[in-house]
Amino acid sequence: MAGYVARRLLWVVALLLAVSAITFLIFYTLPSADPAAIRAGRQPTPELLAQIRQNLGLDEPVYVQYWRYMKGVVLHFDLGFSYASDAPVRDQILDRLPATISLTAGAVVVWLALALPVGLISALRRRRWQDRLAMGAALVAISAPVYWLGLVALYLFSKDLGRFPIFEGANTYRPLTDDPAAWAASLLMPWFVLAASFAAFYARLLRANLLEVMSEDYIRTARAKGVPERRVVLGHGLRPAITPLVTILGLDIGILLGGAILVESVFNVPGIGRLAYDAIRQADLPMIQGTVLFGAFFIVVANLLVDLAYAWVDPRVRTA
Amino acid sequence: MALLEVEGLRVSFPTEDGVLEAVGGVSFSVEAGRVLGIVGESGSGKSVTALSVMGLARGAQVSGQARLDGRDLLTLAPDEMRRVRGRDVAMVFQDPLSSLHPLHRVGRQVAEAVRVHQDVTRAAARARAVELLGEVGIPEPARRVDAWPHELSGGMRQRVMIAMALANEPRLLIADEPTTALDVTVQAQILELLERLRAERGMGVVLITHDLGVVAQVADDVAVMYAGQIVERAPAATLFAAPEHPYTWGLLRSVPRLDAPRERELVPIQGRPPSLLHPPGGCRFHPRCPHVRERHRHVEPPLEPVAGDPRHSVACLLDAPTRRELRQGPVA
Repeated sequence: MAGYVARRLLWVVALLLAVSAITFLIFYTLPSADPAAIRAGRQPTPELLAQIRQNLGLDEPVYVQYWRYMKGVVLHFDLGFSYASDAPVRDQILDRLPATISLTAGAVVVWLALALPVGLISALRRRRWQDRLAMGAALVAISAPVYWLGLVALYLFSKDLGRFPIFEGANTYRPLTDDPAAWAASLLMPWFVLAASFAAFYARLLRANLLEVMSEDYIRTARAKGVPERRVVLGHGLRPAITPLVTILGLDIGILLGGAILVESVFNVPGIGRLAYDAIRQADLPMIQGTVLFGAFFIVVANLLVDLAYAWVDPRVRTA
Repeated sequence: MALLEVEGLRVSFPTEDGVLEAVGGVSFSVEAGRVLGIVGESGSGKSVTALSVMGLARGAQVSGQARLDGRDLLTLAPDEMRRVRGRDVAMVFQDPLSSLHPLHRVGRQVAEAVRVHQDVTRAAARARAVELLGEVGIPEPARRVDAWPHELSGGMRQRVMIAMALANEPRLLIADEPTTALDVTVQAQILELLERLRAERGMGVVLITHDLGVVAQVADDVAVMYAGQIVERAPAATLFAAPEHPYTWGLLRSVPRLDAPRERELVPIQGRPPSLLHPPGGCRFHPRCPHVRERHRHVEPPLEPVAGDPRHSVACLLDAPTRRELRQGPVA
């Protein structure tokens, strides 16, 4: 087990290196992104541009730049300075992390709270009206683009411009530590909007898994023992049906912690996604690089944790 | 009164291509302390028969009667039937690996069978599980009680299944191909175990198998099924000594025997079992029967006692002297 974990950790490092190299290359070769021109103001003289390039180290070959960057990351956990604001990228990302974690955690709670009962009921009432209704709604929720859903939600329910002003709208984020009530109120709509498609997807997946599991031989064994049907489903069927969901949940959480760009942008939640979005608009390479690396980090770590969790959930994996 | 009396059991499944009649009116009975072997090819309806008696044939339309001590199981409400399952009638399945829950320890699975029907504490159920595991011949039961199914061998897994089935001292045990997934030496051990348990507890046993060797070893009575019907029924000794149905002859001829001369060839039964969506008219075996007569294609043979032996019945339209003549030679 220890060897397995060590091997996986090595992979994490290799993957992050690859991700950083690729983003670096893409943005280096991107034609529109001359950071010197962005910083130089409206009427840059060639001398000024050259000066800026030299200050930022942009006049050196790409591999030197990359080497210097990676040295900073590895030795000092230093992600460089934003071209746009000159602030350290690391600090900015860490500043934004609580908002992203808040958004992700709340959305996960919402979508699991919706998906588990809906998936369960759909499977048990297969082809009856409950199932049709739930799966129809799920199809809509999966099909609706999240930014559209967000805009519709704002238009309908936000306090500032909604038809039925019941929820806090965009731009109202307050940190949890400031005011928990305001924090929750401001995130309520983003949670539901972000959770919608996930809830739908998870409900469908759980339904499909459960239907498959319920035709397994060991379910027949439970029935043959005289176990009441309710316990057959909840005690014997549910866990094997949920196990694959754990994998996907881990990955989804990892992805969202890297920033839910669309939802954060629509609701103007000051999270990592919003930060990345702004950085991309401003061709702010260090910030882009930082947010991408950060996102990639969460995804690979989530992947690792999922695999370890799997061994914990399923005894067969442990022995293998 | 027999322990289990099945009468006119019909089981059909509605499918997109029409109604599939898996079991077309079978009748048999099982006495307490005796083993009834139900033999037939895959698709002959033997498993569906068993599952229907258990109320576990999902999506099936079941008619007829299956009386356990005179009480018709087929008319019981679902919750009443649930109380019968695992308590009065227990079942052991073919593939013990897929039949055990992969994420539950074996002791828990056995203990659950105890707790479903008996009001005992968790600790008492566990102790009983250890005891049961010991009874079915699992070494070190106190340790194995915490094993996962995948950690046990096939034979041990089947013993766990049997322990589970015995948890509530059922009067009837239905074993559906209990040895098919196991290798030969383990097969013998499992059959010996079933035989011992039957003798000790006086359980009635229904043993479903396609293997005549298994039947010869443990069954007291045999019912031969073909295409959803019983074509011959007799005490085991009679069936092997004086089989009456051409299908039974075919089955016996297609079994390899160690004591037969080497040059004796195995004779397969020609053709395939018929589709149960469109079963052949008349005698269902007629398309494969080497002794078919024109009349057999239209007239359905009833299951009738053989002259001179009320315990031996056969569903064949050939008359008795002809059968006796045809039986000479290859089988004997």
